[in-house]
Amino acid sequence: MADEKKIFKVTIDNITIEVEAGTSILQAARSIGGDVVPPAMCYYSKLQGSGGKCRTCLVEVTAGSTADPRPMPKLVASCRTNVMEGMVVKSITSERVIDARNGVVEFLLINHPLDCPICDQAGECHLQDLSYEHGKEGTRYEFQRRTFEKHDLGPYIQLHMTRCILCYRCVFVADQLTEKREHGVLDRGDHSEIATYIEKALHNDFIGNVIDVCPVGALTDRTFRFKNRVWFLKPMDAHRDCPKCSGKVTLWNRGDEVYRVTARKNQWGEVEEWICNDCRFQKKKTSDWIIEGPTVVSRHSVISQGHYVGTVNPKEFLPAVMGGRNPRLLMDIHTVSEVNDPEIQLSKIEGPATSDVFGEEEKQE
Amino acid sequence: MSRKVLIDKVNIEGIRFYDEYRKNGGYASVEKAFKMSPADVVEEVKKSGLRGRGGAGFPTGMKWSFLAKPEGVPRYLVCNADESEPGTFKDRYLMEFLPHLLIEGLIVSSYALGSGRTYIYIRGEYAWIVDILEKAIAEAKSNNWLGKNILGTGFDCEIYVQRGAGAYICGEETALLESLEGKRGNPRIKPPFPAVKGLWDCPTVVNNVETLAAIVPIINMGGEEYAKIGIGKSTGTKLLSACGNINKPGVYEIDMTISVEEFIYGDEYCGGIANGKKLKACIPGGSSVPILPANLLLKTAKGETRMMTYESLADGGFATGSMMGSGGFIVLDEDQCVVRHTLTLARFYRHESCGQCSPCREGTGWMEKILQNIEYGKGKLTDIDLLWDIQRRIEGNTICPLGDAAAWPVAAAIRHFRDEFEWHVLNPDESQRRNYGLAHYADPLQTVTA
Ligand SMILES: Cc1cc2nc3c(=O)[nH]c(=O)nc-3n(C[C@H](O)[C@H](O)[C@H](O)COP(=O)(O)O)c2cc1C
Ligand code: SF4
Ligand code: SF4
Ligand code: FES
Repeated sequence: MADEKKIFKVTIDNITIEVEAGTSILQAARSIGGDVVPPAMCYYSKLQGSGGKCRTCLVEVTAGSTADPRPMPKLVASCRTNVMEGMVVKSITSERVIDARNGVVEFLLINHPLDCPICDQAGECHLQDLSYEHGKEGTRYEFQRRTFEKHDLGPYIQLHMTRCILCYRCVFVADQLTEKREHGVLDRGDHSEIATYIEKALHNDFIGNVIDVCPVGALTDRTFRFKNRVWFLKPMDAHRDCPKCSGKVTLWNRGDEVYRVTARKNQWGEVEEWICNDCRFQKKKTSDWIIEGPTVVSRHSVISQGHYVGTVNPKEFLPAVMGGRNPRLLMDIHTVSEVNDPEIQLSKIEGPATSDVFGEEEKQE
Repeated sequence: MSRKVLIDKVNIEGIRFYDEYRKNGGYASVEKAFKMSPADVVEEVKKSGLRGRGGAGFPTGMKWSFLAKPEGVPRYLVCNADESEPGTFKDRYLMEFLPHLLIEGLIVSSYALGSGRTYIYIRGEYAWIVDILEKAIAEAKSNNWLGKNILGTGFDCEIYVQRGAGAYICGEETALLESLEGKRGNPRIKPPFPAVKGLWDCPTVVNNVETLAAIVPIINMGGEEYAKIGIGKSTGTKLLSACGNINKPGVYEIDMTISVEEFIYGDEYCGGIANGKKLKACIPGGSSVPILPANLLLKTAKGETRMMTYESLADGGFATGSMMGSGGFIVLDEDQCVVRHTLTLARFYRHESCGQCSPCREGTGWMEKILQNIEYGKGKLTDIDLLWDIQRRIEGNTICPLGDAAAWPVAAAIRHFRDEFEWHVLNPDESQRRNYGLAHYADPLQTVTA
């Protein structure tokens, strides 16, 4: 087909990249990575029509395109604005953006309970991360916060509207993954709520995915609630032959016990492949699964505490710290720990020992 | 005397009904338009300089020419009769007393745009007007102005009336389309604009009732003639619904050549402030536009006479001007309290926010609560700055203009009446005893017992 995708050049915070036509500013920024990526609380690349609502991803467009280089007067939602050839965008380099973002965080928090210590989502909550990055420690809101009763939506899912930020992701999940949506947004404005209206339970085989897309602790897994803190659990990639879904999941274990099952998520916290309720709620034995290995967790996440995957070997930094000199007496703790290995004959090593020496010993054998 | 082209015949006995309406020249514009090509009708509307009467004042001819026309895809015209902006009741008047004028305008416009199915989305509370419109549609249909092959031109057109369910936000054009499709009335994220992807993803034009009614005189007299009425880019006539502390509240048609002062004090219009009071402030274009104190209302900051035109009302930007908006003209006399008034509007916007985007959903509620405190003597001086900061962070950062509409009245009230807010904070007891604000606006001082 001659229908080749056009490539557009776009500059975000002074970094110029090339992306396909039809890419959103947010996705372009994600392909750069790092600090220029706007936070996104409602957009979800796998859910059609999502985004545009929370307004955390606002950016400033200082030049619309090469053809029409006028700046856009308003900040735009980067998740729902596509790049144009020659577009110039400011994210963290724009004071207006930073100010608006702080404002949005404040708006999202005024009615949020902020009781993370007793919230099951703590540690993997996007709102928590967002407030650490953009929030203030104090609040200017002096009124009673909006609260709702907790509702069990059937045996598996609990809804606590008090924590909801009305991102609509769960609504899109129900629209796009199930045959018939059984919940939605009732009422409007700051009194709107996610609800099932008359029926109380959500039934569909894939409805459990609402738990994974919910950026906050509004929809939680009843089979897991308050069983454990997520950072005490070891996430492991695992799979099984599932007739309904891909069967590719993350198991959250402590010892041999499977505490919960979730879909696998990418670095933006988005589900890689949707999983079915059977995999999520029914298969809670290690023997149900073929374990692939530990899930790689970002070093910045609290979930990474106590997990050794992806940690950095300090050795690499030492020459720099020592002004180019090689350390002699310092030892790489990981290698030295092999001293405990009876195979290594300490007497054979000419001192002072270094990690390199240990390495050579090994090679000789 | 101001020239009238819309409601000039409203006093004719029986004009509500087909026979009388037809006898008085009704449906002539359809006959005329059907002898022209649709593109020529659009051209005529362009020449007229008509600007949308729903609030934003966007040139109608230009809007029509943006309508995408892909092969084999239906196009729709939707008439926005949701009219829920506080202070605005001109469309109701027009539909109630001259229903055939709207139907006639709709037929011509549908022909120009190629809409075979045209909808009137009407505010749910206007239930009795639904009956009036449906009767008018039935009359038009039985006289062959609607249906198949109208006047033998081969053009088919039906008009349907759909009632809203009581949400102001469904007046926003994309929320209206969602609601019309049977969904929750949340505004859509634009682009795509309705001209490309509107009702059921088809190209759609949404216009206000008055805009579509104005098509009738435009076709009858010709776009150029119509453009001669008014000043500059404010062509034609405008319906204003005047309310508040005036002697003669009601709906007035003005040609856009008179001054604000004449409109308020002229006997032909509002007839001056009621009970011999003084003018304190006015919201000239419906609750969403900035309030102006008397001095800036009658004269611009440059000292020129302020006219009832789009340009003159907006002169000075938001710092010293306001907007024509929807034409809801709300007058406050010296006894009215701006803080209380602002609270009332803030409560409205909080209640009507659809809740999709966080600045509007959370910000409107927060502003209402702070205003409530100030009004009831529990405010702090820092609250005023906080209010300013909140409105500033809502404005421009939302999906639809309701966020702006909630922010502007608060901003304007603080901008022009900051001393009144401070007075409330500093005199909490006294502010409870009388229902008006600062002493120097109310001269001589009266004490009202609660
Ligand atoms: C919150 C909100 C409410 C609105 N309500 C109305 C309304 O009741 N009637 C109306 O004609 N336009 C209303 N509008 C404006 C419409 O979105 C749209 O601009 C208008 O119908 C276009 O018609 P016009 O070009 O003829 O003015 C509203 C806009 C907003 C943001
Ligand atoms: S319950 Fe969660 S996913 Fe659903 S709208 Fe609220 S925050 Fe979003
Ligand atoms: S600005 Fe307000 S009314 Fe408009 S989409 Fe956002 S929340 Fe809804
Ligand atoms: S992520 Fe873009 S608006 Fe929410």
